[in-house]
Amino acid sequence: MAYLSTSNTNIIAISSCVPGHIEKTADYNHISVEERELFSKTTGIIERRVADKDVACSDLCYVAAKHLLDKYNCKEEIDLVIFVSQSPDYILPATSILLQNRLGLKKDCIAFDISLGCSGYVYGLSVITNLMQSGQLKKGLLLVGDKSSTSTTYTDKSTYPLFGDAGTATLIEHSQTKNEMHFNLQSDGSGKNSIIIEHGSCRTPFDKTLEDLVEIEPGISRAKKHLILNGMDVFNFALREAATNINTLYEKSNKTKENTDYFVLHQANKLINESVRKKLKIDIEKVPYSIDVFGNTSSASIPLTMCYKMEEALRTKKLSLLLSGFGVGYSWGSVILETENVYTNLLEYDRA
Amino acid sequence: MINIQEFTKGLEAEFEDVEPGTLNPDTNFRSIKGWSSMHALIIIAYIDANYNALLNGADLKSAQSIQDLYKITIEKLK
Repeated sequence: MAYLSTSNTNIIAISSCVPGHIEKTADYNHISVEERELFSKTTGIIERRVADKDVACSDLCYVAAKHLLDKYNCKEEIDLVIFVSQSPDYILPATSILLQNRLGLKKDCIAFDISLGCSGYVYGLSVITNLMQSGQLKKGLLLVGDKSSTSTTYTDKSTYPLFGDAGTATLIEHSQTKNEMHFNLQSDGSGKNSIIIEHGSCRTPFDKTLEDLVEIEPGISRAKKHLILNGMDVFNFALREAATNINTLYEKSNKTKENTDYFVLHQANKLINESVRKKLKIDIEKVPYSIDVFGNTSSASIPLTMCYKMEEALRTKKLSLLLSGFGVGYSWGSVILETENVYTNLLEYDRA
Repeated sequence: MINIQEFTKGLEAEFEDVEPGTLNPDTNFRSIKGWSSMHALIIIAYIDANYNALLNGADLKSAQSIQDLYKITIEKLK
């Protein structure tokens, strides 16, 4: 088991940015009206935000981060920026380095990317707080998100209506107080084929047919460059592992679910999350959702849900939180942490 | 021990568009009106929540009838 804890860091603020363009499940005419209704009911997705073709995930993260840097006037103090995404600007260089420059951060700044999806926020927190706990790095930015619409196509009903685009920024500082975070992080690469973009990189490089749409089954036509999702196996994985991971974390950390104020789960789909919630035996009031209006936003879904649903609680209270991400890889993990007076905000992307 | 009639009845209750009493153990569950992959997820969730057995994509693919789902569930519980 990969159980670890970090200390002496604080989350100061979280900002999220979503595209202004809304796509409603009810308007997705690639499938029948009845199928749309069942889809909404099962996944919980009523609408999603979809970015324009020329907008990247890094643009959304940039807007979210810029807002925090301006608000806290701390551009010169950022020692570390980590970008967690599976939709980087380029194969190389790393998008975090581009964001260091674009945000006007100093050159004495560590910048690197982490390639993870649904588990990315929890993994990102574990890495950034580990690097900052000694106090040599004072402030850091964790930029997390995905533009999944780049890798899905309208003619694939198994992916297109599920994913939304979003970018987030979390401002973290070194703290004199202990403030521990407890993590349980896990991986299982045998699940690689359950969620995969198979073509376009080293293993199966670009070829001339990368863009050609092929019918896989009725309602599912996609090209080699697109995301493949085996919903049933992902569902099986989430039911098998997510609650177990969380329960193990509580045992190892000597914390209790009863003393946890909110359980913020990756917004996979409503049926998965409700199944996990019931396994954990926790009240629905303690499990905020954002999937109804943003869809599955990959690694952004945890911070986005916090900005969308928990603004007042995070701003005004001291909270004990459980965050849990699970998905592509398979990769999954949870963290128990405490927050106090965290500022959050939610922005719409404005290209101007 | 699981009773197949109860198993079928419970599954039927999960599908809101299905009239009570229309499904039986021999029913090909893919013949349910408006069948989609969402129904498959509902089946997996139902069996997991009520019988603590976790089916995967291959299990669903290999099954045709509700009786097949029942047998797979029984196997998983052994």
